[in-house]
Order: sequence, then C-alpha cells, then structure tokens
Amino acid sequence: MSSSPISLKHTAAQERRTMRKERIAVLRSNKAFVAGVILVGFWILCAIVGNWVVPQRPEFLDMMVTDLPPSGAHWFGTDGLGRDVFARVIVGSREILVMASLATVIGTVCGSAIGLVTGYFKGRLDLFVMRILDAISALPVLVIALLALSAVGGSSAVITVLIIGFVFTPIIARTVRAAVLGESELDYVAAARLRTEKTPYILFNEILPNVLPPIIVEFTIRLGYAVFAIATLSFLGVGVALGSPNWGSQVAENYSGIFIDTWWSTIFPAAAIATLAIGINLIADSVMEAFEL
Amino acid sequence: MTSPTPSLELRNLSVSYRVRGIERSVLRDISISIAPGEAYGLVGESGCGKSTAAFAAMRYLPRNGSITSGSILFEGNDITSLDEDRIKDLRINAISMVYQNPVNALNPTLRIGKQVAEVFKLLGKSEEESIELTKEALRKVQIAEPASVMGRYPHQLSGGMAQRVVIAMAIASNPRLLVMDEPTTGLDATVEAEVLDLVRDLRRESGTSVLFISHNLGVIRTMCDRIGVLYAGSLVEEGPTETVLNAPNHPYTVGLLRCIPKGGLNKNSERLDTIAGTPPSLGANLPGCVFVDRCTIAVDRCKTEKPELVDNGSGHFSKCFLSDQAVNMPRAKVPVSPNAQATPTSKSPLLEIEHLSKTFTQDTNDVRVLTDIALSLGEGETLGLVGESGSGKTTLARAILGIISPDEGSTISMHGKKLDALLGKRSAEEVGAVQIVFQNPDSALNRRHTVARIVARAVQKLAGKSREESEELAQNLLSDMSVDALLHSVKPSQLSGGLKQRVAIARSFAGKPELIVCDEPTSALDVSVQANILNLLVDLQKRERVSYIFISHDLGVVRYISDRIAVLYLGRLMELGTSEAVFNGPHHPYTEALLSSVPAIDGSQRVRIRLGGEIPNPSKPPSGCVLHPRCPRVAGSGVEHLCTSVEPPLAEVEPGHFMRCHIPLTNLEKLQSK
Repeated sequence: MSSSPISLKHTAAQERRTMRKERIAVLRSNKAFVAGVILVGFWILCAIVGNWVVPQRPEFLDMMVTDLPPSGAHWFGTDGLGRDVFARVIVGSREILVMASLATVIGTVCGSAIGLVTGYFKGRLDLFVMRILDAISALPVLVIALLALSAVGGSSAVITVLIIGFVFTPIIARTVRAAVLGESELDYVAAARLRTEKTPYILFNEILPNVLPPIIVEFTIRLGYAVFAIATLSFLGVGVALGSPNWGSQVAENYSGIFIDTWWSTIFPAAAIATLAIGINLIADSVMEAFEL
Repeated sequence: MTSPTPSLELRNLSVSYRVRGIERSVLRDISISIAPGEAYGLVGESGCGKSTAAFAAMRYLPRNGSITSGSILFEGNDITSLDEDRIKDLRINAISMVYQNPVNALNPTLRIGKQVAEVFKLLGKSEEESIELTKEALRKVQIAEPASVMGRYPHQLSGGMAQRVVIAMAIASNPRLLVMDEPTTGLDATVEAEVLDLVRDLRRESGTSVLFISHNLGVIRTMCDRIGVLYAGSLVEEGPTETVLNAPNHPYTVGLLRCIPKGGLNKNSERLDTIAGTPPSLGANLPGCVFVDRCTIAVDRCKTEKPELVDNGSGHFSKCFLSDQAVNMPRAKVPVSPNAQATPTSKSPLLEIEHLSKTFTQDTNDVRVLTDIALSLGEGETLGLVGESGSGKTTLARAILGIISPDEGSTISMHGKKLDALLGKRSAEEVGAVQIVFQNPDSALNRRHTVARIVARAVQKLAGKSREESEELAQNLLSDMSVDALLHSVKPSQLSGGLKQRVAIARSFAGKPELIVCDEPTSALDVSVQANILNLLVDLQKRERVSYIFISHDLGVVRYISDRIAVLYLGRLMELGTSEAVFNGPHHPYTEALLSSVPAIDGSQRVRIRLGGEIPNPSKPPSGCVLHPRCPRVAGSGVEHLCTSVEPPLAEVEPGHFMRCHIPLTNLEKLQSK
C-alpha cells in the first residue's frame, strides 16, 4: 500500500511468474516425472508418425519368414504369421492410446457432471445416484465389458471405449463429489446465490474451476487403468478388430510361443504395454504431488 | 535472568521451510529462554513464525522444515539432534502441546475415555489404572461428570469441553513444559475465560513452564510473565509482560498496540491507527531491520544494518536502533476523512423486523433458534450483534439476507415494504440492497476468478448492467476500496488478507446496498489489517449512508463500530441499546458476564462475572427466564421465583435501552457498581 503502483504490478505479476517457474522447476527436477514424460512421449510420437517410419506394413504377411528371431532385417523378429513384430508394436500404440484417451475422457466428463450435481444438491438425489453408482462399481470391469460385447456380438472398438468410460464414471463421480461437497460449503458459493445466480452458472463457472486439480489427477490415474483394461480385453480377443496391430492381441496370439523359444513376439508387445502404463502412472504421481493433493 | 537452568531454551535458532524447491527462512536467529515455572508468551501477526517456534520446541517441524542453525535445549540438554526414540520419550513424559483446534486434535472415531486412557497406557499404566486416572484427570480440568464424558465421541462435546479434554491429555504426564498454540482462539469469550482460568490454576498447582502462543494481546497479558514479540521470524522485543505492553520499545509493538480498538474508542471519536504496508514475504532477504519497510521512524542505517537485541534495563530487550523514540513515534499517515459523523442524524427506519422466529426440525424435535425478535435499524446506522456461538446471530443475519426462510408470522420490511422471505422472490433492487461481507475472505472469493471478474460479475447481476459497463464500474469500485488498478487482473491468492477483504467489500457494494451484514469481517485478519478494514467500513458508511449489521465476538471492535448493540442469548434478544448504554451499564446480567470475560489489553482489572454451566439445548429451553440456570445475578435478587417461572418481557428500562430481565434496573446498577 505504501509502495508505488508500478512496483505493485511488478510484484504481483512477478510473484505469479516465479510461482509458476518454481512449480515447473520442481516438476523438471522430479526424475519420475521426466521418465514418465519420456516414456509416454515416445509412444505418442509412435502413434503419430509410426505408420511412416516402420520398415514394412504391420499387417504384411510373409509365410516364408515365420518365427524369425530379432535380426537386422526384423529388429524384433517376426511372429507365427511372418509379420514384423517391430512394425506391429510401433504402429499398435496408436489404437491403444486413442481408445484409452477417449474412454477416459468419456468417464471424466460424465463422472464430473454427476459428481458436480450430486455434491451440490446433496439430499435424496445424491443418495439415489450414489447407490446406483455403487452398484455399477461393484461389478468387475471385465465382466461388464464381456457381457456388453457379447450382447452386441463380438468385437467393437466403439463399444469397448463406451464400456470403459461407463465403468470409470462412478469412480470419477465419487472423487469429484467429495471435492464439490467441501467446495459448496464455501462462502463464494453463498455469495453467488446471494446475487441470484442460476444453478448451472454456480456449478460450471464457480465450482468446477476449483475442483479441476483432483479431476486432472483422477484423469491421469484412470488413463493408466484404461491402457490396462484395453490391453486385457484385446488379450481376451474382444473389443478390437481382429488382425489389427494390437498389443493385447499380439500377446494373446503368441504367448504360448514363449515356452518354445519364440519369446520376442510376446515380450516386445508386453513391454510396450508395461512402459506405457508405467509412464502414465509416473506422470500421475508427479502431477498429484505438484498439485499438493 | 540469573535463575537456574531454563526449562526451555532456544539458542540462536533459525528454521527454514522448503517451499517449491527453495529454502525460505521462517525463524531468524531467535533466542528465548523460559525459566522453570515461568509462562512465556509469544505474540505476532500471522506468518511471523509463532507456530514454527512452538513446533520447533517440540522438535516437531513439518516435513519440509529444517533447523538451519542454532540449538534447542530442554532443561539444559541439547535436543536439536536427538534421535526420534528419545524425542518420543520426551514428548510422552516431559513436554506436551495443546493445539488451536481441539476438535481436530481428538480422534473422531474414539470415545473420549479411550483416548485419554491411551496417554496413561503410554506412561506404562495398566488398563484399570488408566481408566481410574482418566476420571481423575477429567475431574482435574473441571469436568463435572467424567464418566458420562468418557462415553462420548469428540463431536458430541462443545468446543470448550473438547479443549478441556485436550488439556487433560496434555497434563496427564505432569509435563515440565507445556506448549500452547492459540489454545482459546476458536472459543467464545466466556469459554475462553474459563479455559484460561483453568490453565492458570493448573500452573499454580504444578509449576509447569508454559510457552503460550497467541495473537491476542489481552490473553497474553493475563497469562504470561514475560512476552516476546515476533515479526518476520525475528524476535524484535522481549521483556516482562507489563513493561512491554505498557511501555513498548519497538516501533512494531507500539504500532500493534495502537491498532487495537480499546478503552471505549468509538468510530465518531477517533480513526484507528494502522501499520502501513505488509509484512515481508516468507523467506525474503532482509539485510537490515526486519521492520524497516513499515516503520515510520526508520533512518538510513535501519536499511543496511541489522540491529541487535539490546537490554533497555530490567530485562526489557528491543531490537531497534531508535528504541527510545518508539513510544512517541508519529501515528501512521491516514487520509483525512470528511468531518461528517458516521452516526445517523435522522432516524427514519430502513429495516424493521417484527416477530421474527425460526424453528428448525431436527430428528422429530423442534429446535427454536430465534424467538420473536423485534428490531429496527435506521439509515446509516450500525447495529452490533453479540452473543456466544449458538445464540442465533448468524441465523438472524441469514433470515434478513433471505438465505433461510423464517417461521410464519415473521416480518422483515425495508422502507416499510415487506421483504419476501425467499431470496428468489425478492426484486433485483431488494437483492442488491441487502448484501454480506463474510468472515473469511479466502472462502468468500472464488480462488479461480480474477479480482476484476469477481466484482464485475456482482455488478452485472446486482446492478443489472451490461458486461462492459460492469467491468468499468468494477474497476472504479475496486479503486475506491484502495485496491490498486494494477492488481485487478490477479487472483485472490496473490493478495494479502486485508486486500482480499477489500475486494469482498467492493463486491458487497456492487448493487445499491442499503444494508450490509458484516459477519465477523475482521476476525480472520491481523490487528493492523483489521484497523484498516474498520476504517474503510466507517468511511464508506459516512459517504454512502449504508447501514451495517455487524456480528463479532470481539467486543472492542463491536464497541468501536456500532451505534447500537443487540445482545442475543438462546435466540432471544436480551438487551438492546446504544453502544454507550450497553457497554457502560447498568448491564443485563448476561451482557455483564460477556464483558467481564474479555481479558483487557490495558491490564485494567475487572471482576470476573461467571456464567455457570454451558448453553442449554435450544430444543429444551429452561423455564422462566432462559438465562436463570446460568445467571450470575439471580441469587439474592429477591425475584428468584419470577426468574424461574415467568419469561421476562423485553422492557424499555431507560429511553432507548431495552432489557429482558426481572431484576429492576436500580438493583442491577447497585449490584454491578460493587
């Protein structure tokens, strides 16, 4: 108050900048975060440019070169149908990344909306909706997915994405609801009501921005689970189109070979699943820490 | 101090916290020594390092905190780098701590008996012995029925009762050092007084040393032998309590004492003094005196050279080159206010409340939290609302705001026109005319919105302006509240507490407010900031002729800002009158007890008038006068039979002074003058 206006502006803007800088510095000095970004970044890159860099088409069959071990021509060897494992692993990242992200986005959007409404209104609506969500989350993901997929008859990437989004909804709804419960008790919400704001404005303009940190954290955690869920479903042979370069189905098609010395066609896609999931979880952990949750 | 080995000694202690990867010093080279049996008070504003000092004494710093230099000695033994097991032993046997929020200090899932007994078990007692000792410990902290309290869970206890339990646990081991961090801050004045009495008695019995931390100078004055004043992590003044508070030697202490509304100060007689500027940010590099930026008598030397803690005689230390000038330092520059009086001259009523009652239904019980309140408020007038928690202050405010709807038959009217009970049914002007300033600006301002957006949105909704107009009006409004134009684009988290509250006040002025409910608007603020905000509210009232309903538990503040005072107890208006009438007396017995429980900063001795027991359950109010089971004046009043059977009416005992009491005013006057 005693300082001149110029220096006030200076300090406020500067402080904001230093805070952001310091937070980024903390993230950058966090080895787990850097490792996670490198792993996930690598697979995103593969998903984008993989199609153009692989030495041969991932679907290309060559019955003359089945079950070759890794070599200069086939870096990761070939599988039982003579397809290049390297090409299939690199290109396979696209499908799982797109599907996992879509599923998580659906779950996050639906879950956040439900969490906002139930946490804000509380009462009977909350009780009713939460019991339904409890019922949904009582069922294992795979059981729901298998049921739904067999109902529509076989494999459908769209259904898989919807199912995983559906299963994630109650989990995210619960997290968001808990945050909203605390948030709606705060006086800024009362102040908004006191100027007769409409409920949607209060929910989306006042409360939502304040519960974003837990939503972001929950999103990254769920993304890791989505990768696993999709890999598992494709391993079981449902949820994805047959023959497409897919990590889960690659493991499924070849894992018996791990005992007859064709380990490469199983180990490389399995390692791909593991590295992507680990990478996402490393980022999730660091983000949680940076948001001080 | 030539006494034997001190109980606790902090020797040149520096502590820093690692925040976002950088070490920031919180305590700077602090030396404190507490003699056996002595009570030492640490005072200072938020962020000055008081609590850090307390945690350091327990060797219980947060994970990101570390001792960078100096040492902590307990009874002459260095405990700075003692291993965890030995520290744990000390905490079990010799050092105990009482925290600010008693409810958080207790485990909500365990019964009280089990939690307290745990302490004795840690001390190696058997199961049965522990239970016996628990009963005894609870009796020692004046809990009348230990057996029934032991069977309860923490949430079933009142704040005062919970704090007693925490104190019982803390003194269970007969500690030689008790660290108390704001032990009474969340409590009502009456309960606070009782807890303080208890601590004083226990100390007299056991001779425990106490490190007492508080921002409340009145409390410190009644509790402590010596005090230390902390500012920006540095001990700026230390000495015997009386000496420091009567003749402070450091400009900061002088300023702090001047900020507090006390001694019957009123908004019409004097503006409050303030300390200009804000404290340095955490871990700032301070080459000179830590207070130099805000000091009105600082010279060049203060900026470059660190003053030493110098003895000014009789153990009164001060860290200032100009300590002899501090007492007479000039008052902080305040803008000259218009010469108009804030108190209204015409008394045309703005707000009229009649038969206002509110009944909540809890399980199948009807709980009446407000009973037949009648009030009127003039234009430009301030009505102070006082009473213990649970007295219905907040419910009354909410009913006026239209957030809760009162019972059938209640009327609230403005300018003679009845207001609808429900906010949604009030007209836009009516909504804008009654607004609120909340207690805690951190909670009242959306942390994700910019300052300008917060105020502009309120203008848009309450004044019915277009978006562009609102933005412009918001800028003007904020600048009016001395929120610099260049701060309008930042988020609330980048503002100090006082600035945040200014933004909240700006928002409440967005419509054309005629009545603003101020719900403890300064209790979350430091005293120097509080003075600023009170000055602002008074200035705005003079200019805009707005009326305030001012809720506060700080009677000094209420007295300063209010024209009239309403005292509530158990949802009933017990006393209503001008500020002077209510404060100077003769008082209602309840008001008398409230006033006497506030520890005086100026050290003037008052006779404590105690309220017996706790606030009764409002679903089963006592017969007759609701105060009679606790009333300090009922015995020997000659009207006991009336008090226990007939509820007294709110009668006008003097012109404009109303009381709900059977005891005649002259008798009250006689009793109270003794």
